[in-house]
Amino acid sequence: MSDKKRKKGLSVSGTSVFLSCDEANHVCDKSQYKESTLLEKIKLNIHLLFCSACRKYTKNNVNLTKVLQDKNVSYMKENEVTDLEKEFKEQLKEFSDKN
Amino acid sequence: MAEHKLDPNGWIRNYSDYLFNYTISRVDDREIAKDLVQETFFAGLRSMKNFEGKASERTWLVSILKRKIIDHYRKINSNKGKAEVRMSYNSSEESEGDWLEERVADPYASNAESDIENNELGLAIHKCLSTLPEKQAKIFRMKTIENYDTETICKEFDITSSNLWVIIHRARTSMASCMEKNWF
Repeated sequence: MSDKKRKKGLSVSGTSVFLSCDEANHVCDKSQYKESTLLEKIKLNIHLLFCSACRKYTKNNVNLTKVLQDKNVSYMKENEVTDLEKEFKEQLKEFSDKN
Repeated sequence: MAEHKLDPNGWIRNYSDYLFNYTISRVDDREIAKDLVQETFFAGLRSMKNFEGKASERTWLVSILKRKIIDHYRKINSNKGKAEVRMSYNSSEESEGDWLEERVADPYASNAESDIENNELGLAIHKCLSTLPEKQAKIFRMKTIENYDTETICKEFDITSSNLWVIIHRARTSMASCMEKNWF
């Protein structure tokens, strides 16, 4: 599928107020990062009125966002992991050379 | 009989977050936690031949980490010299009786129970994160936890934005079903 077509398939800028489930999920994903427009959110909520599967997905998705942003949970930064990995690879190489 | 095998190549990607989260709830300092995790991996590498295959890789690494954390506390304690207990109350007359107020429990301080729960939540998240395919996990982390914007990630991985959203969607779906059982 060409890139353009794919984009069109996922975009939610169509005129209909009724979204397909794929579109609704996409809007839901986007709104987890505050990247959906007001119109999209309205359309999503209309969709949620009659679609229980998407309601469930949305609920889980919101919960996921909530627990991931819990300030008591710590993550290593990507560059920290990369640094660690680099050093470890060197050690690993040294180690396997020895044996 | 060895039921579990060690594969050091995947250690960093799979366990560093888990171990880091485990450590930070015990030492409360990012830098120290990072060092301890690193030492754990190195120590694990050195003592690979002692691995009997009875426990999973993760459990084994955590047991090494525990020793490292204990060692860390021993070290900072010996730096202090002898253990001293010092209590200084203000002797000036103005603050007489203040210590009573200091002893009242702080309602905003986190209690042990919620600390434990948060720590467990962190471990659960990291466990779930490590089940994602590597590329998916990387992109999901960058987007969700480190809050990079879509464009930056697209450039870095050379993908289109709709590609990115598909990856994010898959990651979120599997994360949600992994977390669903215990945490939602």
